[in-house]
Amino acid sequence: MSTAFRAEGLVKRFGDFTALHGVDLAAEEGTVLGVLGPNGAGKTTAVRVLSTLLRPDGGTVTVAGHDVVHHPDRVRRMIGLTGQFASVDDDLTGIENLTLIGRLLDLRGNEIRSRAKQLLADFDLTEFARRTVKTYSGGMRRRLDLAASLMGRPRIVFLDEPTTGLDPAKREELWGVVRRLVADGTTVLLTTQYLDEADALADAISVIDEGRVIAHGTPAELKRIVGGQSIVVRPSDPDTLDRVGRLLAEFTGRKPESPQRGVLAVPADSDLVFTAVVGELALAGIGVTELSLQLPDLDDVFFKLTGHTTSTDNEKTEVPA
Amino acid sequence: MTAVLAIENTTVDDTSSAVKRPFALARHSLALAWRNLVKTMRNPEQLLDVTLQPIIFTAMFGFLLGGALAGDIAAYLQTLVPALAVMLTLFASIQSGVNFSTDLKTGLFDRFRSMPIGRSVPLIGAVVGDAIRYVVTLVVLLGFSSILGFRIETDPLRALAGCLLAIGMGFALSWVFLLLGAVMKEPGSVQGIAFIVIFPLTFGTNMLTPVETMPGWLQAWMHVNPAVHAMDAARGLMVGGPVAGPATLTLLWTAGIIAVFAPLAVAAYRRRT
Repeated sequence: MSTAFRAEGLVKRFGDFTALHGVDLAAEEGTVLGVLGPNGAGKTTAVRVLSTLLRPDGGTVTVAGHDVVHHPDRVRRMIGLTGQFASVDDDLTGIENLTLIGRLLDLRGNEIRSRAKQLLADFDLTEFARRTVKTYSGGMRRRLDLAASLMGRPRIVFLDEPTTGLDPAKREELWGVVRRLVADGTTVLLTTQYLDEADALADAISVIDEGRVIAHGTPAELKRIVGGQSIVVRPSDPDTLDRVGRLLAEFTGRKPESPQRGVLAVPADSDLVFTAVVGELALAGIGVTELSLQLPDLDDVFFKLTGHTTSTDNEKTEVPA
Repeated sequence: MTAVLAIENTTVDDTSSAVKRPFALARHSLALAWRNLVKTMRNPEQLLDVTLQPIIFTAMFGFLLGGALAGDIAAYLQTLVPALAVMLTLFASIQSGVNFSTDLKTGLFDRFRSMPIGRSVPLIGAVVGDAIRYVVTLVVLLGFSSILGFRIETDPLRALAGCLLAIGMGFALSWVFLLLGAVMKEPGSVQGIAFIVIFPLTFGTNMLTPVETMPGWLQAWMHVNPAVHAMDAARGLMVGGPVAGPATLTLLWTAGIIAVFAPLAVAAYRRRT
C-alpha cells in the first residue's frame, strides 16, 4: 500500500479567520477517508486545498505524490472533484456535460463516447442522457456530477458532502457508487456531516472541529473511545419480552431498557456476554427477529470528543469559498 | 504493489505530457466556446437584445435626426449605420462579462479549476463563445437598415472587413467586462458599471454628428477614443473614404486593449477562489 494523499500541518487563513489550524489528513491507496465534522468545521476548505482550488498558508500537502503548491497541474491530472454545489451545467444535456469534461481532459472522440455511455449506464442516467440537466432531480444531478468527475478515471476522488439533501434511498445508491469506486482501487476522500455515512463507507475517519482534527481512527476505534457496547434483542413474540428482560438482566447484571416498542437493549461489559445470551435464548426456545451487539453510534463519539453534537443548532458561518 | 505501480506509471506519463501538447489551449478554449454557444442557442431570449437593439437604434436615430442632419433618412443612414455597427458590437460584448460573472458563482467553474487546463481557458471560451451575438446584431443591423435605404457603396468584401474590425474590438472590450465580471460579486453590478464604460465610449463619438460641431474638450476625447477610429474605419470600408489610417489605429487599439486587459482578467480570475 502507498499513500494516496497526505496533508501535514495544513494551515489555511481567510484574512483574520483561521479556517484550518494545522490539519493532518492522509489516506492509503484504495481506501476511503471520511472527514467528519459539523458545518463550518473546515471540511470544505480542506478539500479545496487538496484539490488545488486554494493555496495552503502552511504545512505540506501532497496528492498522488505531487505537491499541490509546486505541481498543481500534476495533481489535477490525478483527481476528480465533486463539490458541494452541483458542478454540472444546467443548460447542457447529461451527455453534453460529460463530453465537455472529456474534451477538456483531452480524451479521444471515441473514448469520450464510450466512457460517457458507460458512466451514464453505471449511474442509471441512460434514458435521461439527452435531456438538459435543468430537468433532472436533485439525485440525478448528484449522480451526473459524480459521473463527470470520473470521466478521466481519476485515481483519487474528492467528494464534498455528496449526499447532502438526498433522500435516504438516493443516499444508499450513492454509497453503492462509492463502494464500487473503491473496489476498483480508487482512493476516496468523503466529507460528511452524517455519522452513519462515515460509518458505512470509511476505512478511517478523521473527526474535525473548528479547523482541527480532534480524533482519527477506524470507525470501530472511534466507537471504542466512548466504550460500552450493547446487546439489542427484538423477540418475535412480544409476550416473551418479560422473559427476555429477566434473562438479559441475569447475564449482564443490569436492567435492560426499551429504546423502541418490542425491543430491549442492555449494556454488555464483557465480550463473552453476547454469546452466552444467544445460547440461552436458544435453550429457552425464544425466537428473535433482531439480535445484535451494537457499538455506540458516532453521534455519541462526537459528543464525547467535543462536548457538543454535530447538529447545526450552534451553526457557525461556513468558510467563504 | 499494483497501486504503487499505477502511481508510478501515471507520474511518468505526467512528465511526458508536461511538455504541453500543441494547441491544448485552443482546443480547450473551443470546447468551452462550444458550451457557451449551446447555452445561448438553448436560451434564445439571450439573443433578443442583440436582435432588437439594431432595429430600435437605427429607427430611432434615423427618424429623429436624419431629416435635420442630412435632409432625409437614407442619406443619414450612410454615415450612421457603419458607426452603429461598432456601437452595437461593443454593446453586445457586455454580456460576456455578465455571463462570466454568473458562471463564476456556479460549482462548474470549481470543476474547471480542478482540471488540468490552462487558467485562461474559461475566459477565452467566454469571449469566443459570444461571437454569435456580434454576428446576429450585425446581420440584423445591415438587413433592417437596407430596408430603410442604407446601401453599401464599396463591395461586400470590404463591408465584411468593416464588420470584422468591429467584432475584433468587441472581443477586445469583452476582456474589460470579463475583468469586471471576475472582480465584482453580482452579475447585475457588472452590467451597471459596463454601461458607464460603454456610453462615453460609443456616444462620445462622431457617430451621430460631425466632430466640428463639438466643444474642444470633446474633440480632444474623440482623438483618443478607440471607438471613433473603429467607426471611421467602418465608414471607409462600407461607404467609402479613408481606410488605412483609422483601420490601423483600430487594430492597434484592439491589440492594446487585449494586451492590457486579458492578463488582468486572467489574474483576477485566478485570485478569485
